[in-house]
Amino acid sequence: MHSDRAPLGLKIAAIGGLAFMHLPILLIFVYAFTTEDKSYQWPPPGLTLQWFGVTWGRTDVWEALSLSVRVASISTIIALVLGTLCAAAISRTRFFGREVVSLMIILPIALPGIITGISLRSAFNLADIPFSFWTIVLGHATFCVVVVYNNAVARFRRVSGSLVEASLDLGANSFQTFRYVILPNISTALLAGGMLAFALSFDEVIVTTFTAGQQQTLPIWMLEELVRPRQRPVTNVVAMVVVLVTFLPILGAYYLTRGTDTVAGQGK
Amino acid sequence: MADGVLVRISDTLWRHPRLLVTLLLAPPVLWLGVIYLGSLFALLAQSFFSIDEFSGLINYEFTLKTYGELFKAHNLDIIVRTVTMAAAVTVGAAIIGFPVAYYAARYARGKWKALFYLGVMLPLWSSYLVKVYSWKLILAKEGILNWLFETLHLSWLLNAYLAIPVIGGNSLSVSSTGTFLVFLYVWLPFMILPIQASLERVPHSMLEASGDLGATPAQAFRTVLLPLALPGVIAGSIFTFSLTLGDYIIPQIVGSSRRFIGQAVYQYQGTAGNIPLAAAFAVVPILIMGLYLWWAKRKGAFDAL
Repeated sequence: MHSDRAPLGLKIAAIGGLAFMHLPILLIFVYAFTTEDKSYQWPPPGLTLQWFGVTWGRTDVWEALSLSVRVASISTIIALVLGTLCAAAISRTRFFGREVVSLMIILPIALPGIITGISLRSAFNLADIPFSFWTIVLGHATFCVVVVYNNAVARFRRVSGSLVEASLDLGANSFQTFRYVILPNISTALLAGGMLAFALSFDEVIVTTFTAGQQQTLPIWMLEELVRPRQRPVTNVVAMVVVLVTFLPILGAYYLTRGTDTVAGQGK
Repeated sequence: MADGVLVRISDTLWRHPRLLVTLLLAPPVLWLGVIYLGSLFALLAQSFFSIDEFSGLINYEFTLKTYGELFKAHNLDIIVRTVTMAAAVTVGAAIIGFPVAYYAARYARGKWKALFYLGVMLPLWSSYLVKVYSWKLILAKEGILNWLFETLHLSWLLNAYLAIPVIGGNSLSVSSTGTFLVFLYVWLPFMILPIQASLERVPHSMLEASGDLGATPAQAFRTVLLPLALPGVIAGSIFTFSLTLGDYIIPQIVGSSRRFIGQAVYQYQGTAGNIPLAAAFAVVPILIMGLYLWWAKRKGAFDAL
């Protein structure tokens, strides 16, 4: 405690913990190159690049990917609008029912996904809404609002109210103030929140299994492969690509919110 | 002309801040209130209906019979098993996560700090299914873990462990231990972040003072740091506990045929078509989490979130 050097035991435990979190993911990278296609044999009998080509030619993978990207894009846009509106309202005023509103935003992510999933499914059944692209979006946007909200509300608190007043005093109307004063101040927080919302939606499987019907998003495709493996090497390649692709928004969100009091991603 | 309208709207909003807040809140509140809360209440209401045993149709009359079914031995078993697993995962995550959070908060500086931060963030956000998949690879009979035990000539140890009832099984991938490992792996980052946040708020001078007053590092850790970090641990446990309670995919892919709450909900609403019982089962994790959150709030865990 007196020195700034960590005890050796602690150092080992900390690095061991980090290794535990990363080695399994790295293992997937090795499996993407294995020549073995019938089992999960370790060590791989040989290395090959052929599965990348095979995966590239698979239309079902491309269709699932395209559906996932479209769902995530639309859900992110809806979540950005709803989350920002909510953050703006909550951060600038104390009103009756404030706690209720923030609880309502957090609830979809605080309750287990399966509850959100069957609630939505039975509601769709009751209302006779057939499963479609939009039923997936409806579910995803609901739980994506919270990540945008968390990022935006932290930033709104730091945008000083006097800036807004100054802008209004100098003759700008509310819309101009929003466009030229508020938006530039919160834009990186929104970008970070949007990236995280995209990553969250892109990866979601539990709620989606209840709202997708027969359609396959990429995670649903993965789930099928996990339960009933058909072509293991293709799954390995897809898993590796998914890891690489999700790393980008996380790194991006980290660099955008670095140095601010609340860092993106803690509210997953 | 259009500008004039805008200015007038703008002025009205400025003069009536309440109107502005209402307008801002209306879309999100409508969305969440109608779509989310509406369906949630619709589901919960169904837990008070029952299913006709002969026709298999839902009987729309208020009854507590469905809740009574939860207390039948095989259903109670599922609940106890799930809660035990959630508790075990929480304790495991706290033990493995604490040193990581402690090192990151106290000793890591500059580059190492960023490395530790991303080192927790990347696994947290990488795909859930990919993480589960990686454990399917690890635990497979022909996979790396068995290979490791064989190479080290320790297979007898693994077999002796697997022979233990309840936690063992035919192989790791169909044992409760396997399920535990995957849960632990997938939810660990959710434990580390709040612990780290609470540790970072402990002023260094406090530890120096305890040292000046004659405490050994071990004493300072136990009597000063640990109590101050406890809200962080509890905050983390909210995540690990709740996420384990509701998950139905992990035990389906890695584990024995003994079911968890999530699987029971899934099967009752799907193949069995017994929505009332599925809804009643869904109330269980909500209730447990409600109690847990109430207890956590009293312990001050919400400040550490």
